[in-house]
Amino acid sequence: MDILIQQIVSGLATGGIYASLALALVMIYQATDVVNFAQGEMAMFSTYLAWSMLQAGLPYWVTFCATVVVAFVGGLLVERIVIRPVEGQPILTIVIVTLGLLVIFNSMAGWIYSYIQKPFPSPFPPKPIKIGNIVFGAHDLGAIGITLVVLTLLFLFFRFTTLGLAMRAAAQNPVSSRLCGIRVSWMLGLGWGLAAAFGAIAGMMVAPVVFLDPNMMSGIQLYAFAAATVGGFTSPMGAVVGGLLVGVTENLVGTYVSFIGTELKLTVALAMIIIVLLVRPTGLFGRTTVRRV
Amino acid sequence: MASSADETAKTAERVAAAATSGRSLAVRPLGVAAVVTVVLIAIALPFVMSGFRLFQFTQVLTYAIALLGLNLLTGYNGQFSLGHGAFYGIGAYTTAIMIDRWDIGYGWTVIAAGIVCLIVGFLFGRPALRLEGLYLALATFSLALAVPQILKYFEHWTGGSQGIVLSKPKAPFGLRLTEDQWLYYLTLGVAIVLFVVAWNLLRGRVGRAIVAIRDNHIAAEAMGIDNALYKSVVFGVSAAYTGVAGALSALAIAFVAPDSFNILLSITLLTGIVIGGFATISGAVYGALFVQFVPNWAQDISKAAPWAIFGVFLIVFMYVMPRGIAGFLHLVWIRLTASAVSREQGR
Repeated sequence: MDILIQQIVSGLATGGIYASLALALVMIYQATDVVNFAQGEMAMFSTYLAWSMLQAGLPYWVTFCATVVVAFVGGLLVERIVIRPVEGQPILTIVIVTLGLLVIFNSMAGWIYSYIQKPFPSPFPPKPIKIGNIVFGAHDLGAIGITLVVLTLLFLFFRFTTLGLAMRAAAQNPVSSRLCGIRVSWMLGLGWGLAAAFGAIAGMMVAPVVFLDPNMMSGIQLYAFAAATVGGFTSPMGAVVGGLLVGVTENLVGTYVSFIGTELKLTVALAMIIIVLLVRPTGLFGRTTVRRV
Repeated sequence: MASSADETAKTAERVAAAATSGRSLAVRPLGVAAVVTVVLIAIALPFVMSGFRLFQFTQVLTYAIALLGLNLLTGYNGQFSLGHGAFYGIGAYTTAIMIDRWDIGYGWTVIAAGIVCLIVGFLFGRPALRLEGLYLALATFSLALAVPQILKYFEHWTGGSQGIVLSKPKAPFGLRLTEDQWLYYLTLGVAIVLFVVAWNLLRGRVGRAIVAIRDNHIAAEAMGIDNALYKSVVFGVSAAYTGVAGALSALAIAFVAPDSFNILLSITLLTGIVIGGFATISGAVYGALFVQFVPNWAQDISKAAPWAIFGVFLIVFMYVMPRGIAGFLHLVWIRLTASAVSREQGR
């Protein structure tokens, strides 16, 4: 029983990370109908920037905030410079451009920082926290906490600020929003910026667990896809719930189903995606979109 | 209102694209001449280059087969696949295991690879029927990510991460060809047969049905096309093409390992059809040349970060030719003929 609770908590911790990345994917998808395949690599690159700042001797939380800001600006610039010229092109063209970004970021990170794994510090004490008989990793609890804080902030931003409202409007009905004086194109840019900031937080939370290397995000991005699929690509709330579900399932299956272990973990994500798509293609919280023929 | 106008514009665009693709499939004297020239050049190649260069062109041919298969599915039938590297891998492993474990003649293994992938593709295509666009892309993407792991897991058959080493087949019937030359001609022969089959398939009734499903599946259903059957069969055929390509590349490289069938391969294939030209047959060849040679050039430009250069190429290509090389050439051709016509009229 203790092990079960422990595994669930650590599942929630990784799930929170998947949720952040899934949320980043969903935000861009909602606004533009495009899945940003470079999302994970952008997060990985931001984490490397954080590593550089830490090496330069900056304290952790300063680095944390600076990285989030830099990632936001970076995401905004990527949208303005790279994605904007193909706005309105067929979706596949944009997908290819994001795939191009994926290989660019991956290769640049390998070039600048080499492919050797680097340890990345956790801001939380290494000492496990004991509640009753159950031992929790401090980093796990911390990651859950940070994810919750960030999600709350995001919710408040979208729910209670004019800018958040404008962004939602631009995503939902670009043409009417433009008529109301919202600069839709810039809202997309902001969306990319926010998504990149989210990815950076996910990257900094996951790096202490998986170690920092240019390919660290490929598996996590698959889980984020799984999370977004489970929750439904049209629902930010769904992405969060989906992320947590995927994290917990992954941990429990890895622990209790012996033939899966760690070797077939990615296959579990594949199975989850396919099962959800078969049973409920829109995901748990997704809306069915109706199109006129 | 506005969105429906948008939709209409898109439909018109698609109809135009279908019309051009339909036209390009018809038999025209100039087209025939071009195809014959290309085939003659391809036949002459082994006499002017050898060794590694020739091997690279064998790879171009296998890529061309795989890209044609993917284009059948994604370009003509409108089903996105980010997982064709998986079928490429399954084809390669079918060949490798049959040769390595059961000592079966390599010719048969290529056919078997096609059949295995046809079945796997058909079975994967069945549940994928309910998925469209992004969701299908995701399902296939995760397939591509999972396959290397699955291959490593069944170590007894696949040799785990060590892979399987094969020996290159010798030329039969006492032909005076080196192994590389023979493999090149074998691949070329298979490629020509498969291109003719695809061309025949697409220009007839079946081809129109496939394209109709892409353009408007409800209307297609109303006209009596069995969407479910067509879509899963196209998925199977597409997987079979890619599987045969994988089998041929396994013979040419004489080695298979799980990590060579990673997600990058699937991405490469998808970029191949978009760069080559969506829903065009000739695009498969342009795309194959691109994915084979551009990474090498990128390596020449920068040893440190070749993939970064490749990524930049990709993005710039999409800016300059959003409809791929085939679309670009088509445009150039129209401009040229149009200006010729107007000059004639001016005179």
